[in-house]
Amino acid sequence: MLYTRCLVRFTAIFTSGLLLLWSMAAVAESGWLQLNMPRGVTSVSREVYDLHMLILWICVAIGVVVFGVMFYSMYFHRKSRGVEPAKFHESTKVEVVWTLIPLFILVGMAIPATKTLIKMEDIGDTEMTVKITGYQWRWHYEYLGKDIGFFSSMSTPREQVYNLAEKNPDYILEVDNPLVLPVDTRIRLLTTAADVIHSWWVPELGWKRDAIPGFINDNWTLIEEPGIYRGVCAELCGRDHAYMPIVLHAVSKEEFAEWVQQQQQPSTALSAAD
Amino acid sequence: MSANNGYYVPHQSIWPIVGSIGLFITMVGLANMLTGAWNATVLLIGAAILLFMLFGWFGAVIKESESGLYSQQVDRSFRWGMGWFIFSEIMFFAAFFGALFYARQFALPWMAGDAGRLATHEFLWPAFEYVWPSSGPGELGGEFQPMGWWALPTINTLILITSSITLTFSHEAMRHNQRQKHINWLALTIVLGLIFLGLQMYEYVYAYTELNLRLETGIYGSTFYMLTGFHGLHVAIGAIILAVILGRSLRGHFTAERHFGFEAAVWYWHFVDVVWLFLFICIYVL
Amino acid sequence: MAATTHDVHDGHGEHHHGPAKGLGRWLFTTNHKDIGTLYLLFSLLMFLIGGSMALIIRAELFQPGLQLVDPHFFNQMTTMHALIMVFGAVMPAFVGLANWMLPMMIGAPDMALPRMNNWSFWILPFAFTMLLSTLFMPGGGPASGWTLYPPLVLQTGDAFPFVILAIHLMGISSIMGAINVIATIFNMRAPGMTLMRMPLFVWTWLITAFLLIAVMPVFAGAVTMLLTDKYFATSFFNPAGGGDPVLFQHIFWFFGHPEVYIMILPAFGVVSQIIPTFARKPLFGYHSMVYATAAIAFLSFIVWGHHMFTVGMPLTAELFFMYATMLIAVPTGVKVFNWVATMWRGAMTFETPMLFSIAFVILFTIGGFSGLMLAIAPADFQYHDTYFVVAHFHYVLVPGAVFSIMAAVYYWLPKWTGHMYNERLSRIHFWLSVIGVNILFFPQHFLGLAGMPRRVPDYALQFTEWNMVSSIGAFIYGISQLLFVYIVIQTIRAGDKATDQVWEGARGLEWTVPSPAPYHTFDTPPKISATNAHG
Ligand code: HEA
Ligand code: HEA
Ligand code: CUA
Ligand SMILES: [Cu+2]
Repeated sequence: MLYTRCLVRFTAIFTSGLLLLWSMAAVAESGWLQLNMPRGVTSVSREVYDLHMLILWICVAIGVVVFGVMFYSMYFHRKSRGVEPAKFHESTKVEVVWTLIPLFILVGMAIPATKTLIKMEDIGDTEMTVKITGYQWRWHYEYLGKDIGFFSSMSTPREQVYNLAEKNPDYILEVDNPLVLPVDTRIRLLTTAADVIHSWWVPELGWKRDAIPGFINDNWTLIEEPGIYRGVCAELCGRDHAYMPIVLHAVSKEEFAEWVQQQQQPSTALSAAD
Repeated sequence: MSANNGYYVPHQSIWPIVGSIGLFITMVGLANMLTGAWNATVLLIGAAILLFMLFGWFGAVIKESESGLYSQQVDRSFRWGMGWFIFSEIMFFAAFFGALFYARQFALPWMAGDAGRLATHEFLWPAFEYVWPSSGPGELGGEFQPMGWWALPTINTLILITSSITLTFSHEAMRHNQRQKHINWLALTIVLGLIFLGLQMYEYVYAYTELNLRLETGIYGSTFYMLTGFHGLHVAIGAIILAVILGRSLRGHFTAERHFGFEAAVWYWHFVDVVWLFLFICIYVL
Repeated sequence: MAATTHDVHDGHGEHHHGPAKGLGRWLFTTNHKDIGTLYLLFSLLMFLIGGSMALIIRAELFQPGLQLVDPHFFNQMTTMHALIMVFGAVMPAFVGLANWMLPMMIGAPDMALPRMNNWSFWILPFAFTMLLSTLFMPGGGPASGWTLYPPLVLQTGDAFPFVILAIHLMGISSIMGAINVIATIFNMRAPGMTLMRMPLFVWTWLITAFLLIAVMPVFAGAVTMLLTDKYFATSFFNPAGGGDPVLFQHIFWFFGHPEVYIMILPAFGVVSQIIPTFARKPLFGYHSMVYATAAIAFLSFIVWGHHMFTVGMPLTAELFFMYATMLIAVPTGVKVFNWVATMWRGAMTFETPMLFSIAFVILFTIGGFSGLMLAIAPADFQYHDTYFVVAHFHYVLVPGAVFSIMAAVYYWLPKWTGHMYNERLSRIHFWLSVIGVNILFFPQHFLGLAGMPRRVPDYALQFTEWNMVSSIGAFIYGISQLLFVYIVIQTIRAGDKATDQVWEGARGLEWTVPSPAPYHTFDTPPKISATNAHG
């Protein structure tokens, strides 16, 4: 028996130690940012982030209470401590209490969630529209009313995928023609697909939306900071689902106007994106 | 009521494994037919094995029942079993009804620009207007005429309702030990079922040749044929069950008190009937 | 209702024979214990096969880039892993437990429909032969994920009809199994075993069986529509013909969500048997446990849309599904609190079944918390289709459902075999599992939040570390399961003689019969009073 305990404890401690070390190494390597959702660059994305943190902490708190009681009981109400088991086995009062308390907590979560959801679903007035079409395995962007349209495919060379060459820092998150959008502009993004279902997702914008053949989903965004934001196709769409990234260049309104001009001159239309 | 009260548990039985093998061969045969690899031979072999199993299995059950091995409790187990089996069938049909409602309430109106889905209409299907029946914005399967509800379907509805009534008479007769009456009403029910199937067949031929209403006629053709088709299949199965019951009745199997085999068939028939009423309203009338 | 007396009926002497000899015993058997054993062994085999596929997935994901398998094969592994674990490992394991335990717990001589019971089982090996064979067909097996979404799934090669028809077979098997459970519980209870005296495992299975009968046919309908869309030019999921790919998702999840509760309700039942035994104290709040189970089952029918928040449903639908989903936390919470209250002021010992049950309560709750986070629609727009979801459902399925099955096996194995298992090895198995499973799945929360999508064979470089950790956990956890296999085999073959009651605090009918339980139990129904009904 003693031997068992020792062996069991040793295994437990040894493995947990290993786990801890490894996690610390991993965190150090990739930074704390890699543990959580990005706050993003839109008001929506920040609301979503706050909502996420709110529920997370509520769950942690409930967990601490519930598991705390449980561990207390496991420690103090052990047979080896010579306790006699109690006989109680019912109490309508506590059942009602622990039905109602979670209910109230849930209502508390539902209210901000509802507000955010309503905001996200309200397309409202938009200043420009881009139609996004998913293909196996690339995206097509069409700037409605501007006569601009192009395909955007992954540009990471296949040698890197097959480990024949060193990987770029933005390995499989780079494309030939990025989507260029102006900041501080309320933009309508339409998603649809040409073959199977895809899903257009840039985490920094705070949402993803499926691109469904035969139907169009309406979305909006308002980017507040210029920058390069990367995303991926989030719905399994076949063989190269992992290889249809999204790169979004958010630029100032002036730069955007310039870019549009360039695009509209056919001769430079192809390479101008960068 | 049987003389003994013990719960009958058969010791061993070969029929389930025969059934599994039969099902397996049937399914493999069917799958290979669909991919175009095989012809129907294997499928038919599988079906034959299944038929053999059904004869063997039900034969054994009937023999045990007739030799008084079954207590009331066994009888109740069969009742629970049959009842929940019918419930599962209802849920199977529910999936197809769900598809019909969804297409009519959501998919098609959205494509026509309803309820906040303007973009779908504007950019993908600008010319599409929603009227039911519809073969979709792509008008798959070409021009067609819808199946009216008057004439044939109404007659069929009346036939099925009548058949439920005649079956109830047959049941009543059974309960009052009026054997000949029971058999006559039962036989009439089967005949009505067969007439229904004949008319349904005629309707399909008519739809294909005269109306150009086909399985590939968009969502209308899909829901129309899948719902009426699975229903027809169930009528056929129901008619076969009733025919078997008729055979058993002729051999004097049931008594006024013990006739669960018959009752199960009655339940099944009523279920098929009720499904039809829903179908008639949802597919033909509305 | 169960007032009929069972005079042992001797008209046919065969009734009292022990098991037949040889292969025939297993092929033709109508005995609930034989069939239970078959189910459990089958499930174990499937667990190893499905687990091996998971290990292939984890091995490929150890590093970014493509090392071991081609993406198409990777997708087949993901799909097959899930189908096999869900329909081949977890569900049959619970049906096996039901077969073994339900008749013994309610004082019945056997399942209500013994021949059909055999059929339910023996369909499964054929169904999974068919499913697995698709991996060797031209174009490979299904690669669309277990959710089989069209139009992608319609790109499957020759394997397609085999997959669909294999699913039909599994469905037939599940429905018959569930009908049997319901008939047994409603019709075969010993005198005095009123509904509200049934052990909780019986209750949870009753409700699970109802869920199964309600949703498996819907799944059958959905895949039938896939089949006709592919081979008979119907337009259910084809917009040009007026259909909608999203229609499939609605039908699938109408089945799919209750399906996940089908995998957890019996687990709740198992844990509700085990905790009172080792706390030496009756289950706290028996009645509210029953009502909570029913409430979960009811709610499970109206929350399916939470898998589809990102498809673009109308706002009202999104709100409805969000609220309904959040509500499930209430009855589930009641269950968790009742388990804790059962332990409270008990006199606990921590044998392996109890260890697995405690781990279940904690880790399932963690999985439930992440479920609740997913239920918040605006946040799900970020979480959806990432490893956060993968972490969520593995927490409820692996240290949830699978741990409860392990707990159940350790708990009842002495009753089944007449031998005690090796407590020392089993504790090592427990600790390796519980540590391994957390190393395996906890980092997946981080991966998901940081933006790693699911169903990918390759990923961006910033996800490397946590994927390595996760893969290492997978191998620790996976290989420890071989220890489980060893322990089970060892116990079947030898071991200390188990007493009838086995556990000091065990209550309930199954502990009143000898260990191993005789081939036929309760030919004469026992009399049940309020005190000896359940733990
Ligand atoms: C056994 C299986 C199981 C179980 C039990 C659950 C339980 C729950 N699941 Fe999970 N789920 C799956 C299996 C399961 N799930 C699977 C397989 C998928 C993915 C399918 C796929 O896409 O392939 C999935 C996906 C999934 C999604 C979709 C995510 C996405 O794709 O974007 C959502 C969203 O709402 C969700 C929610 C929930 C919720 C709210 C619960 C609740 O039942 C949890 C309730 C429990 C608790 C909350 C903890 C205990 C409660 C308390 C201690 C009380 C107090 C608590 C509070 C007030 C917070 N699940
Ligand atoms: C009950 C269900 C269940 C169970 C038990 C598991 C168990 C495991 N799953 Fe899960 N999994 C799902 C259900 C389940 N899974 C579902 C529904 C999906 C979604 C699929 C989809 O997206 O469509 C999924 C997807 C999924 C993914 C995501 C794949 C992707 O998105 O591409 C991953 C990745 O890590 C994973 C890993 C694991 C691991 C490591 C285990 C481990 O617990 C496994 C433990 C390992 C073993 C038990 C192996 C033991 C065997 C040996 C050591 C070898 C000996 C071999 C022989 C003797 C033959 N699973
Ligand atoms: Cu496109 Cu995934
Ligand atoms: Cu769900």
